[in-house]
Amino acid sequence: MVNRVQQEVDPREVAASVTDPELPMVTLADLGVLRDVRVTDDGTVVVDITPTYTGCPAMGVMRADLVHALHSAGFGDVDVRTVLSPAWSTDWISEEGRRKLTVAGIAPPGKAPEPATGPVPLQLGPSRRTADCPLCGSTDTEELSEFGATACKALRRCRSCREPFEHVKEI
Amino acid sequence: MAHEETVYDALTNAHDDGGQWAFGTGFDEPLAGVDTTVPDGVDAADLGEYCLMLGDDALLLAQRLTQWITAAPELEEEVAIGNLALDLLGQARLLLARAGSVGVLGRSRERATASIPDEDALAYFRDPDEFRHTALVEAPNGDFARTMVRLLAASTVRVAVLARLRESRDPVLAAIAAKGVNELAYHRDHAARWVLRLGDGTAESHRRAQDGADAVWPLLAELFSPTEVESRLAAAGIAVDPAAVREEVVTVLTQVLDQATLRVPAWPADVLPRGRRGEHGPETAELLGTLQGLAREHPAATW
Repeated sequence: MVNRVQQEVDPREVAASVTDPELPMVTLADLGVLRDVRVTDDGTVVVDITPTYTGCPAMGVMRADLVHALHSAGFGDVDVRTVLSPAWSTDWISEEGRRKLTVAGIAPPGKAPEPATGPVPLQLGPSRRTADCPLCGSTDTEELSEFGATACKALRRCRSCREPFEHVKEI
Repeated sequence: MAHEETVYDALTNAHDDGGQWAFGTGFDEPLAGVDTTVPDGVDAADLGEYCLMLGDDALLLAQRLTQWITAAPELEEEVAIGNLALDLLGQARLLLARAGSVGVLGRSRERATASIPDEDALAYFRDPDEFRHTALVEAPNGDFARTMVRLLAASTVRVAVLARLRESRDPVLAAIAAKGVNELAYHRDHAARWVLRLGDGTAESHRRAQDGADAVWPLLAELFSPTEVESRLAAAGIAVDPAAVREEVVTVLTQVLDQATLRVPAWPADVLPRGRRGEHGPETAELLGTLQGLAREHPAATW
């Protein structure tokens, strides 16, 4: 039975449909967390994922969600592996992922800073990040806190519609 | 093979040994699938020891920062400090897992039950003299100003070390460093902006920031002298010689303190790091008592 199901269902599609536990409006594929899905000769589905932040507590849930989704689709042996290099960047979030975040009221990240090759420059001024309001579209927004409810988000407020919103910060 | 019905079942059934160890992170092996082969010409014991140095600095600073939870001056700052501590905890976890992967577990493996992952065995079941952190992260927080000066100093050193460690010949260390350096740049900038606000703020905040700097500076003495392990590994292209980051650290810290209208305290003479040899003050035992107490009381507890 497992073999029959495997012939009909593409494990890549199953893995790509799994959503992020903390940003359930986007999939792990949208986020760029899902790096590769392949089937070995003995039928094991091998999934490569990469952590967003080193301490991201959602990694364990992501692994369990992937295993659960693939088991439910009929794949018996699933091996979820961690890929640490190259390090994840918010630039890997897809256009579709950015659109879904905006619809959900979360400002998507801008272009990530180029990784410094020499000494990392110090930023003494306020952060230079900007984000358009995902609710009214205004560009007149301000940062309330560099840190939000999860490691990947900052808190901002729109000066036009006065609504606070979250912003996935560039890294 | 029975498949799990819910995500929660999937989490709790990740191990087949009848339960998940109660205190660690358990179900998620941080280096699952990562090639942990020791690079050619490198002594595995040295590599593991170096991972403990970097990992223990992160673990103890994370533990110190979490002492601000429920006590920070404003809610947003509490969230920020929680996030910084979480980044450091994540780095500690990978580094301790790396130490475990090359077999540097010491007596912790004898004290911890077999189902406890390496990184948790190292965090919860080593005695103070088996830890390899420096005095800078061991010191109590003091007030908020001193905490921020210490965070500035610790993250400036760590940014400088990890930026160079991205070129390490050990691919695991290089990957951990490449990820960590982006996170630490946020930490350093956050601390620097607080030091500016406090130093160039009211007379009281200036006084406290200056007191903080005066208390933290002597702790920098042992950050720039390499241990034999670091010297050997630096020669092998694995580790960063801490002496190589001294100039960058002095430049950055002087720049911030000058901007903050604070007097730069006298730089202490470099001394060989006692902390890297496992010699710590009573503060470490006290801090580890909080960190480890429950796990050691109930070493086999599962959920």
